[in-house]
Amino acid sequence: MSGSTGLLAEGQDLRIVGFLCNWCSYGGADTAGVARCEQPTDLRVIRVPCSGRIDPLFIARALISGADGVLVSGCHPRDCHYAEGNFYARRRFEMLKQFLSVTGIDPERFHYTWVSASEGQRWQDVVTSFTDRIHKLGPAPKLSGGTGYDEECLKEIAAAVALGDECPCHKEKA
Amino acid sequence: MQALAELKEQIRQALPELDVVIGWQQGYDALHTSPLFIRSEEDLEKLVVNEFCVVNPASYLREMRGGKKVGLVLKGCDSRSVIQLVQEDLLKLEDLTIFGFGCNGVLNHAKLQARFGDIGYIKSIENSGASVTIEVDENKETVPFSELCADKCLTCSYPNTLQCTHFAGEESSKEAESEQDKALEEFEKLSMEERFSFWQDQMRRCIRCYACRNACPMCVCKDHCLANSRETKWLSEEVDVQNNFMFQLIHVMHLTGRCVECGECERACPMDIPIMLLRRKMAGVVRDVFAYNAGTNAEETPPLMCFKVEEPTIEERH
Ligand code: SF4
Ligand code: SF4
Ligand code: SF4
Repeated sequence: MSGSTGLLAEGQDLRIVGFLCNWCSYGGADTAGVARCEQPTDLRVIRVPCSGRIDPLFIARALISGADGVLVSGCHPRDCHYAEGNFYARRRFEMLKQFLSVTGIDPERFHYTWVSASEGQRWQDVVTSFTDRIHKLGPAPKLSGGTGYDEECLKEIAAAVALGDECPCHKEKA
Repeated sequence: MQALAELKEQIRQALPELDVVIGWQQGYDALHTSPLFIRSEEDLEKLVVNEFCVVNPASYLREMRGGKKVGLVLKGCDSRSVIQLVQEDLLKLEDLTIFGFGCNGVLNHAKLQARFGDIGYIKSIENSGASVTIEVDENKETVPFSELCADKCLTCSYPNTLQCTHFAGEESSKEAESEQDKALEEFEKLSMEERFSFWQDQMRRCIRCYACRNACPMCVCKDHCLANSRETKWLSEEVDVQNNFMFQLIHVMHLTGRCVECGECERACPMDIPIMLLRRKMAGVVRDVFAYNAGTNAEETPPLMCFKVEEPTIEERH
């Protein structure tokens, strides 16, 4: 059970953002916590109502700002609290994942998966192996210019999640 | 051009039923056309159809919303943007009358300029289809069409207007020069680090004029663009690498499964930033995973507006 693999033990935290759906994966992380499973400390969690609420731009924003990794986790397909959110999400995440390489951001820095509320152990495995992977990749290259990854950026992403705005043109139609 | 006479006749007959027909007219010099809004038979006389009809008339549709009966003269590539908008329920096919023809490609001004220098002073231009002969000052030069045409015409597989109400002239038998996207293939030979630093340099040059967005026929929400929203604040007013790059990602990602690869964005960019690399990559990913080509079939549902419970082409991430 190790949050402290050889790599992690060096104590250097990297900057990983985790988007966790409220119904399953956030619960799964909680279950892991209650069971006192050891977890790496690099992860900053942003709680979302549903993986379907995760605009892939949240992920892009974190990566462009210089986050070293982004982990997304929702309810397993067929188990979505809102029935279909994660099905739409899966398509969007897959598009982003395969697109990323052309930007020069290593697609390995982004992972999406599914963890249910009862799967504390699974959450621990997911977060540990992802964190290991990011530590192997090392810090992400940073753009020289811009504010970079900071508290402000995380706050703005969280605020955007809370606002829940939709694309107005598709709402109003032609 | 025979198609032109036929087109004019078709438009003339349809005009009484329409509020406006959008096409092209001669611009301020031999190398440019500008949009033409045909409301009467006199306007119709100005219509031209040639290899300088670069701009997509469908880009003006957004201003035409609200029950107007609009006619459009569209190249094959332009028609894809209209069909995609129909697929997204943003336009109704029954409100549109589409006048189609067979397109043999359009010329790229940047390439013309690179080849002939100041093209403001050209004497004449002739296009045989296979080659272009241009007379500038005392020089007369003939260049293969494919060296001067828009990049999109090199890989174009839809030169004939799709789903049109009327079709004029002969169908174009123009074939794609190559299936492959050579520029993207070359670019993908670079390492991740090299790609990242390439974009860092390119994005530093971006002046965030939004010309790429404004020229895009698929950017229907310009007035509500995330790039301008202050609540959520996606971008700051700073024109720095990070904000510029983020803006490009907004554009690309909002066009996932929607971008018809018309190249208008890159053409409009005053800084010559090769942003089509990003668009073509995304369109390729959409093709690979969903076997979907944006704007080619009005009956199809765009891939991000639907899903399958089991996704046979997406690796299950347990
Ligand atoms: S992409 Fe095809 S339809 Fe469009 S201008 Fe080029 S040849 Fe014509
Ligand atoms: S048109 Fe070019 S310079 Fe202007 S915002 Fe787009 S990429 Fe930047
Ligand atoms: S993003 Fe560029 S290529 Fe794609 S539809 Fe818009 S203008 Fe055309």
